[in-house]
Amino acid sequence: MVMKRRDFIRGTAALGAVSTIAAPQLWFKNSGLARAQNGEIKVGVLFSLTGTTGIIEESLNKATILAIEEINAAGGINGMQIVPVVEDPASDPATFAEKARKLVMSDGCVSVFGSYTSASRKAVLPVFEKRENLYWYPTLYEGRECSKNVIYTGAVPNQQQDEFIPWLVQNFGKKFFLIGSNYIYPQEENNYCKKLLEGLGAEVVNEEYVPLGHSEFSSVISKIKSTEPNVIFSTVVGDSVVALHRQYLAAGLDPAKMPMASLTTSENEVAAMGGEAAAGHFTSAPYFMVHKSPENEKFVSAYQARWGADKVTHFVSEPSYFQVYLFKQAVEKLAASDITPPTIREAVKGAEMIAPQGKIRIEKDNLHTWLWPKIAVAKADGQFEVLVDSKEWLAPDPYAAYPDQKCVEAGLTNI
Amino acid sequence: MDFLLQNVLTGLSIGSILLLIALGLAIIYGSMGVINMAHGEFVMLGAYGTWALNAFFGMGLLSSLVVVFFGVGLLGWLVERGVIQFLYRRPLDTILATWGIGVMLQQIVRLTVGGELRYVEMPHALTGTISILGTEISSYRVFVFVFVVALFLLTWYLMNRTRFGMQLRAVVQNSEMSACFGIDPKRIYGLTFAYGAGLAGLAGALVAPLKSVSPEMGTSYVIDAFFVVVLGGVQSIFGTVASAFLLGEATGTLGFLWNDTIAKALVLVGIIVLIRFRPQGLFVSKVRG
Repeated sequence: MVMKRRDFIRGTAALGAVSTIAAPQLWFKNSGLARAQNGEIKVGVLFSLTGTTGIIEESLNKATILAIEEINAAGGINGMQIVPVVEDPASDPATFAEKARKLVMSDGCVSVFGSYTSASRKAVLPVFEKRENLYWYPTLYEGRECSKNVIYTGAVPNQQQDEFIPWLVQNFGKKFFLIGSNYIYPQEENNYCKKLLEGLGAEVVNEEYVPLGHSEFSSVISKIKSTEPNVIFSTVVGDSVVALHRQYLAAGLDPAKMPMASLTTSENEVAAMGGEAAAGHFTSAPYFMVHKSPENEKFVSAYQARWGADKVTHFVSEPSYFQVYLFKQAVEKLAASDITPPTIREAVKGAEMIAPQGKIRIEKDNLHTWLWPKIAVAKADGQFEVLVDSKEWLAPDPYAAYPDQKCVEAGLTNI
Repeated sequence: MDFLLQNVLTGLSIGSILLLIALGLAIIYGSMGVINMAHGEFVMLGAYGTWALNAFFGMGLLSSLVVVFFGVGLLGWLVERGVIQFLYRRPLDTILATWGIGVMLQQIVRLTVGGELRYVEMPHALTGTISILGTEISSYRVFVFVFVVALFLLTWYLMNRTRFGMQLRAVVQNSEMSACFGIDPKRIYGLTFAYGAGLAGLAGALVAPLKSVSPEMGTSYVIDAFFVVVLGGVQSIFGTVASAFLLGEATGTLGFLWNDTIAKALVLVGIIVLIRFRPQGLFVSKVRG
């Protein structure tokens, strides 16, 4: 997971907001609204195929395309075909914004599926808000956002941690070592984690952030040895994850006594670090490739049949896949002459479907998704074993760490 | 005491990796005066070479080292013969050319092998830890340390006690004059560059089990390598050693006392201050003018 430069982007997004105010909304009011026409429904697919996050985003592109192809092969939506317009924003937030403008303004897409990093989401946000269009964002992220123009189908902190942290305390103990990459996502996750730990009477022995791309963990490991935590709570991302796990292994630390607990280590990261270095460490997420359900078997086999038998599905590619079906479900309810982003948004509020991870629902208040938290342990063969399968789905609360704020249908409110 | 020893060992380990990365650059930059921006990519190729030998031929890390050294060395020789030899009196063009070569190598790897992160298996005998005065340390890191020290001694011997080393020093001081004495400067330069590149390849192979292997990995290494060489004093191979371990200890200790982000910043500030007051680096080898 690389969601860097969000701080910087926040500034850019603020600039975008200022220009929204400066340019009179009236200009776009009717003429600007995208609309499905001529018996086809145009959607944008905006995942990087090149650049630093190209590899992971390519898998999101593939999951999205797979779902679109499946829907079209089954007759489309009310007889209309979905026409995907694929763009490559090259892992660059500025290019994301430019391509988003093209998709929304010149292609007239009624929705765009895209983004992996928070930086890229923040960069396209002004485009969607200004043009009253709809962006579908599949990645787990740090929350604290309440846009009416984004459908968030990935997990927010409360959905990954509410079950995970008490489980870790119960099974391993109360001393936590927090380590993350130095940017907004790990800091927000840790904020929420510290809150939960406080409630459980657990302690944080050390909280530390390493620079993005950091690969020398010797002093971190010395600190782990000297503080002797029960759990290492890691939100380290990108190639640093690989270095951290491999150096943990080399240092002879034992996952049975002092496991790493992560929110970002998926089948992808495990493949990059090798099963040996991943084995025995835990991840919390709503989806794992090994999850047993007829829907998931169908998803995995269709994905591998389309893109290659060695390909893995993971907790960001699964939402990329099911959100296209949510889109279909919403558009189905609309008259052919009335397929526009605002009507799709209204139709998707409260929508439910059976996704590979289980039955999910879009929360009408904050447009985030009700998901099924799971806790799994990585195994040497590169797959996970699900240990705890939540009995109930969990409501999304993007402001869980900020009790005085809440995201409701009208927007962000202070309580 | 325990804490102190732990930190000294951590610092030695970080220092040994820095030295490993910088040694090849110390030869190429220090002895030949070529600013080789593709150094990081030679390191990257070493790592990928080890990965490929393991994935396709089932070779272990240790046996791959020989192949990687000669393979990357050969590539270095080709680069020197094909590009750099025409640019010896144009340092700025050399920077640009080697940087371009680095970008090309990165993209070639990305296009052929793919951009996914890779890893290299540690040799099984070295996966455990050993205890030094009661402090547990990874055997692999100890192995890297010993290997680097041996490599350094070998390099020192090569430069100072062999015919080749003497010829190199002669060529560096005055290549026309040494040509008059029957030394072929082209051959010497080519071989030296190849040796430096080979060392970079070895560095890549040895760091691969501890870090991730990706087409862009070289970028951060080339920066570290330049810091070490510049701080130690260009042309002084002992300076390189001293500065590698100094930086290692500083990074390790500051990282332990605060965190790695602060350590990195403070070390950089330290280097800038030192270079400001001692532009020639910590050690200067005396060259008769």
